[in-house]
Amino acid sequence: MASITLEGLKKTYSGDVHAVKGIDLQIEDGEFVVLVGPSGCGKSTLLRMVAGLETITEGTLKIGDRVVNKLEPAERDIAMVFQNYALYPHMTVYNNLAYGLKNRGFNKEDIEKRVRIAAKMLEIEEFLERKPRKLSGGQRQRVAMGRALVRDPAAFLFDEPLSNLDAKLRVQMRVEIKQLQRRLKTTSLYVTHDQLEAMTLGDRLVVLNAGQIEQVGTPMDIYARPASMFVAGFIGSPAMNMLPVDYLNEQGANGLLDNLPDGTDVVGIRPDDMHLTPPTAPHLIVDSTLALFEAAGAESHLYVTLADSDQPTVIRVSGQPPVAEGETLRFFVTRDALHPFNSATGKRTGD
Amino acid sequence: MVENRPWANLIAHIVLISGVALVVFPVYVAIIASTHSLSGLLQGTLPLLPGGHGIENYTRMWQSGVSNAGAPPAALMLWNSFIMAMAITVGKLSISLLSAFAIVYFRFRFRMFFFWVIFVTLMLPVEVRIIPTFKVVADLKMLNSFAGLSIPLIASATATFLFRQFFMTIPEEMLEAARVDGAGPLKFFKDILMPLSVTNIAALFVIMFIYGWNQYLWPLIITTDPDYYTIVMGIQRMTSEENPQWQLVMAAVVMAALPPVLVILFMQRLFVKGLTETEK
Repeated sequence: MASITLEGLKKTYSGDVHAVKGIDLQIEDGEFVVLVGPSGCGKSTLLRMVAGLETITEGTLKIGDRVVNKLEPAERDIAMVFQNYALYPHMTVYNNLAYGLKNRGFNKEDIEKRVRIAAKMLEIEEFLERKPRKLSGGQRQRVAMGRALVRDPAAFLFDEPLSNLDAKLRVQMRVEIKQLQRRLKTTSLYVTHDQLEAMTLGDRLVVLNAGQIEQVGTPMDIYARPASMFVAGFIGSPAMNMLPVDYLNEQGANGLLDNLPDGTDVVGIRPDDMHLTPPTAPHLIVDSTLALFEAAGAESHLYVTLADSDQPTVIRVSGQPPVAEGETLRFFVTRDALHPFNSATGKRTGD
Repeated sequence: MVENRPWANLIAHIVLISGVALVVFPVYVAIIASTHSLSGLLQGTLPLLPGGHGIENYTRMWQSGVSNAGAPPAALMLWNSFIMAMAITVGKLSISLLSAFAIVYFRFRFRMFFFWVIFVTLMLPVEVRIIPTFKVVADLKMLNSFAGLSIPLIASATATFLFRQFFMTIPEEMLEAARVDGAGPLKFFKDILMPLSVTNIAALFVIMFIYGWNQYLWPLIITTDPDYYTIVMGIQRMTSEENPQWQLVMAAVVMAALPPVLVILFMQRLFVKGLTETEK
């Protein structure tokens, strides 16, 4: 177990492609950090640099107190779980788990013991003599995790390990990964593009965009106070609505928007902060037309078009909408639900 | 497909059976001919039923050969052919596996250039380069030796190319997982690449063995010592005699045809295994 320190990490491919543009990050011992961002944001490249599968163009990478920039993956004392599992198809599950130990010169009894313990933990004991192709997706996923687990490494690296599973299994495995990490307290770095997975798994999230860090923080911090319009749009589903301040003033703001921080020209409002019944606190009132609604069981997503605007906006309410599609809908927003941004810089302006 | 069209069925079967007969008949004639005496063969029509000289013909061919035609005993020639074919097969497979491994998994300068150099040699069959190759082999004093018979034929662009194509279908993560698991390049080659290539190796083994077994021109040119004659060239020598002993020629032909068949039967288990167990 160890901390992982990234100092000014950069990756440049030939042809002047900057995949990772200088990342500083400190991952504490035993911490579960999730790298999240849209595809092409450099999150997988960053993880693979930590693993040693990509060379580091610039910067320093430390695992524990060791600078590991030039070390082979096997010498870094990390274990990785791949998106497509990358199990060895011709080996039994037992040998898949044992292979890394054999290469490290463990003796037979030791290997046997470790494999049994890992298999028990992941409930794959009964499959040990099978080949990977005889297993279901979820079972393969467990074997892939087992292969990481047996080595008892300083850190686990997960590269979108759940994206090949179906939705139900994904939720189940997510919970198991979380529980496993809590129990083992092994430093973990987890890459995903799924913001829900990121929110639920991580002790801390690192939101990446275009090879740079947008924001680092606990999931609730990031949700409650997104540092930029990008983060605001990326974390939370449906995404946060962005409304121009000028538009809200035109609609009649009751003076609620007068004390926004300097430079604010856009405010973000979460879909669940738009209420259909007037709250007791002072609030904005906006009229809109219900264009479409999606019933998702316990809640509905209302796609509305605002009066005198073509801004697409989503409202989340519990139960059914009170009006039919095409009819007018009035909603209310309190002052503390507003996230102030400057559209030119894309940054939060304060609050 | 479930269909019930008796006429179509009948026609299909007639076509297929005549096709098979066309292929099998010459083999049948060879086997029958090898059981007659020479005079029995030369009397008018070719016999289509077995004669009584089978054991005699095979024993003679196996033990003493036809020395005045320059054909040593078949036992020796079969052994020579076997050694040559095996050396060529094993050599071709090991060299092409290693070179494909290098071309696919290592980044070195002129990698693609070397690949294309190997690929271009596909266009040069043995016959084209036979004189320079003979000169080289003669200067290296490898005439009349197994080394001379097999080494010049060992490089194989076809096998290298096929292994390269196969290696490229193996997901990159497999290599990465092995690297994380602490396997160096040779370990990865031995523990992961080789077992995954078993089907391909078996298929190429058969093709290469038959290629080696059927070599005719090259052994004919570089061997002058009967101790190194191969069966294929022995047969040729026996037929170019003034009065060929056809019954012995046919016995040699039948014996020459057997080893490739055995190799195919033996390797078949590996193909079938590879075909039914789809890897994922």
